[in-house]
Amino acid sequence: MTTTQPIIHEELITILEKVSDPEIPVLSILDMGVVRSAVIEGDEVKVEITPTYSGCPAMDIIGDDIKAALKTAGYKASVDLILHPAWTTDWITPRGRKALEDYGIAAPLDAEADKSVLLEGKKLVKCPQCGSTNTKMISQFGSTACKAQFKCNDCEEPFDYFKCLK
Amino acid sequence: MKNQDLYNYILEIADNSLILGQQLGELTGHGPSLETDIACTNISLDLFGQVRSYFQYAGKVAEDGRSEDDIAMLRKERDYKNVLLVEQPNTNFAYTIARQFLFDVFHLLFLTELEKSKDLTLSAIAKKSIKEVRYHTRFSTDWVKRLGDGTEESQAKMQEAINDLWTYTNELFQVTSTCKNMVDQGIGVDVSKLKETYYQKIGEVLTESKLQVPDLKYFQKGGKEGIHTEHMGYILAELQYMQRAYPNMEW
Repeated sequence: MTTTQPIIHEELITILEKVSDPEIPVLSILDMGVVRSAVIEGDEVKVEITPTYSGCPAMDIIGDDIKAALKTAGYKASVDLILHPAWTTDWITPRGRKALEDYGIAAPLDAEADKSVLLEGKKLVKCPQCGSTNTKMISQFGSTACKAQFKCNDCEEPFDYFKCLK
Repeated sequence: MKNQDLYNYILEIADNSLILGQQLGELTGHGPSLETDIACTNISLDLFGQVRSYFQYAGKVAEDGRSEDDIAMLRKERDYKNVLLVEQPNTNFAYTIARQFLFDVFHLLFLTELEKSKDLTLSAIAKKSIKEVRYHTRFSTDWVKRLGDGTEESQAKMQEAINDLWTYTNELFQVTSTCKNMVDQGIGVDVSKLKETYYQKIGEVLTESKLQVPDLKYFQKGGKEGIHTEHMGYILAELQYMQRAYPNMEW
């Protein structure tokens, strides 16, 4: 686990947790761990966000959504994109992981397990539909840059697995 | 511009990802199967994301108000510094995979060194990109093995692609004067030092895939000086069309 905790002003938490990833609408950007800081300076809020993957097209939209949400709450906001330290799936909160599972996306395993799943075809990823670990990887790349495609051998449903990024 | 060397160096790195990303993008909706189509375009997306970070930084270094889009879209062919390997066409899927594999192995080695750069922005981009490039390398390595150690036909096609693209590999390790200046300042990566490990890693995978390691004495170069193969003109025509036809357009 990385110890890099985001710095978020308490007043802003309720506003920011309403902003979600447009591609995974159940997941708040706070639970996703992409907001690295949000501080009030005078009458302005300064927010720093970091991308999950470099090419994530959601980042521009997330930036706009943050500004819009803060504007509604009466704040003027600026959003900066930072690259360091680089985002890792460890920053997804336990609540975020649960939201992913409820939405039908298998949450990332730890790095070792992830590797054995993607490289050796080990059956460790749990099907978010029926809970079986009798699952099979179809492709290392899925519907978005952060996911891989899986299929459950028991209930036969296809699903996305959120890849571990460390 | 105060730091022309740094600006040129950023292009030397980023143009590889830009042109390779563009070539992979050609497969959107045209991949041999849905999964490989999505994989190639995912990789393309990662590369474009990395390019955005590099070009945003290049824009700052240039100090002339140029945006990331201006740098990507509005240069002439001679001003692109990518290696010849990445501009080679998607002749068939084996060529797409061979090009990817021969670049990915280099890319991973390169970024591992760039992480140590004294330039904090380049180091941050490298740290971010390396996580993505590990996935790319897995994908392309996996497919080299699958095709190489596959059917008679897939093996022949994979071998042909490796043989044809081999001539472009040596250029990856060519140290330009820009590169040398950057290495001296602790910013750049001495690519010549990556060569041995590169060919060793490539050789291991090829052997495991029941493919021959080509024995070639003559290698092509020129990309780093802006002298490109015939494919480059077509790539740029497509890449730049909208900006040339409708200057400053946004979508």
